[in-house]
Amino acid sequence: MTAASAPAKRASLTRRTVIDRVLLYGAAIFLAAWTLVPIYLIAVAAFSESLAVYDFPKSLLPTQFSTDTMSFFVNSTGVLPSVKNSIIVALGTIVLSLAIGAPAGYALARFRFPGRDMFHLAVLSSKMFPIAILSIPLAVAFIGIGLYDTLLGVVIIHSAMVLPFVVIVTAGVFYSVSRELEEAAMTLGTSRFGAFMRVALPLALPGLAAAAIFAFVSSWNEVFAATILTVRERTLPAHILATLNQSPLYFKFAGGFFMIIPSLFFIFFMRKYLFNLWGPGR
Amino acid sequence: MASVAFEAVRKVFGKTTALKDIDLVIRDGEFMVLLGPSGCGKTTLLRCLAGLERIDGGTVRIGDREVSDLPPRDRNIAMVFQSYAVFPHMKVYDNIAFGLRMRKKTKPEIEKRVREGAALLQLEPYLDRYPAQLSGGQRQRVAVARAIVTDAPVLLMDEPLSNLDALLRLHARAELKRLHTDVKRTTVYVTHDQIEALSMGDRIAVMKDGEIVQVDTPVVLYDRPASVFVGSFIGSPPMNFMRAVAKDGTAVGDGWQIAGPPGMDGRALLLGIRPENIRIGEGPFRGRVVVAEPLGSHTLLTVKIGGDSLKVVAPADDVFKPDQMLQLAPEPHKIRWMDETTGGAVAAPN
Repeated sequence: MTAASAPAKRASLTRRTVIDRVLLYGAAIFLAAWTLVPIYLIAVAAFSESLAVYDFPKSLLPTQFSTDTMSFFVNSTGVLPSVKNSIIVALGTIVLSLAIGAPAGYALARFRFPGRDMFHLAVLSSKMFPIAILSIPLAVAFIGIGLYDTLLGVVIIHSAMVLPFVVIVTAGVFYSVSRELEEAAMTLGTSRFGAFMRVALPLALPGLAAAAIFAFVSSWNEVFAATILTVRERTLPAHILATLNQSPLYFKFAGGFFMIIPSLFFIFFMRKYLFNLWGPGR
Repeated sequence: MASVAFEAVRKVFGKTTALKDIDLVIRDGEFMVLLGPSGCGKTTLLRCLAGLERIDGGTVRIGDREVSDLPPRDRNIAMVFQSYAVFPHMKVYDNIAFGLRMRKKTKPEIEKRVREGAALLQLEPYLDRYPAQLSGGQRQRVAVARAIVTDAPVLLMDEPLSNLDALLRLHARAELKRLHTDVKRTTVYVTHDQIEALSMGDRIAVMKDGEIVQVDTPVVLYDRPASVFVGSFIGSPPMNFMRAVAKDGTAVGDGWQIAGPPGMDGRALLLGIRPENIRIGEGPFRGRVVVAEPLGSHTLLTVKIGGDSLKVVAPADDVFKPDQMLQLAPEPHKIRWMDETTGGAVAAPN
């Protein structure tokens, strides 16, 4: 009897795993499509003839490939200067947020100091305040100290926004570099700082690069604070938002596609570290 | 040239005192083992010597220099870590050269000394590899080579063999011992493995709860432990202890009587005897065999004598059955008397 039921049991088990597989992959495909389809449609529109945007029904394949729309977007008034501003602000954000965040992360990873857990929590809790609430008082304060409508002001705000993430990520990165490695360097003749520079930093570099890329993309995509705090010194998202009402549809698609590019690069570099941060094992 | 001295060294972590006024002198060229169960402070003591922990009292000397407040790099020591701490982003060559470069040696000299170090530890074929491409045993050898080539007169090792599998550990143990005779550095070696300690150490400092309980050569430590703790921590199986009460120069146990230490009338004693120092045959102990474990080279017996159970090493070719009655004779000069209340050894007449 057992001999007869065993294959039957195996068959039903296989059927169940098949159903599990189908559900799992179905969900994965659905989630992927959820994000990829809009990106794809934007890309198609950005690389089609300008007026193809108004066609209906839409063709799902780029039938009339053309770079006219993109070049129209890039050459519109204000786009290039705002791209330049965006790059300056994003690079500035990397420098400032890492200069402050990486030492904080190192301290969290290496030292047990009084209030360490509180500090950990406080870092995250700064994320509790929506920028929408902070923006008006910030604008007023910035006018007062002469930072309003300057790129430096935007750099400071963007750095403040990415800082919690930078601190947590760099703490994770330095945590994964064994303390014994630095101690070994110190017994071999380096100072504490020398051990950091020769051992911890090189080993942490890929993770720090990931944090830097995150800072770049966050700043690149940030609209709200950049819009409120600037009038003439617009970053690209602020510029697109400001001109949204007067611009044709294909301009928006081209702008949208342009904005996505850095994020795509970001994902490829960052994947590994995102899994470290949120995935199993940590 | 480089002896090491701890004088009243104290280390406190929060509310726990990890080291309680440690005094210890390690002679030049000596292989000193710090032995004890986990949490006894042996690694902390080593780290205080390395300068990786600040001491909260006392002084540490290396040679005739006081180093208590110096950072590791000014102490002229080299250390092998439990995790080896081999730098993963450097090739084996650069790992071994690291300490030499920090000491600003010339390029040809670095090259020469790295080659020598690699030869000493059979690492020549791997100089161009990254640590990730090495086995655990090879990484351990890289860590040792890196420490040795610096020529630091004091070599510190923190359980360097504990991450190796049993067979490799046996081999590496012999290698380290050979290395010590070759390079003659003052070595401080931390381990919780008593066999490692006995086989390698010139002297062993046994630690417990932040204190050194006995410092001596392996033979003395094994034969004449200063306390019940040392007797039961060293040796496998550990020393046997049987309860007895002193009475007119004899010790009276549960169903047996034997010549005891003088002048202890009425005191509770423990008779300490190693399993291999008990002979089967005419003697004061009569007991029943509970378990007989043939181990190839010998048979390990567990014998019940009154309320105590006793481990006895018996010849391998004798056959024992459970419940068999035996007479046992402890070798009189191997008996170690302990005071049951203090756990310390009773001053031996010899």
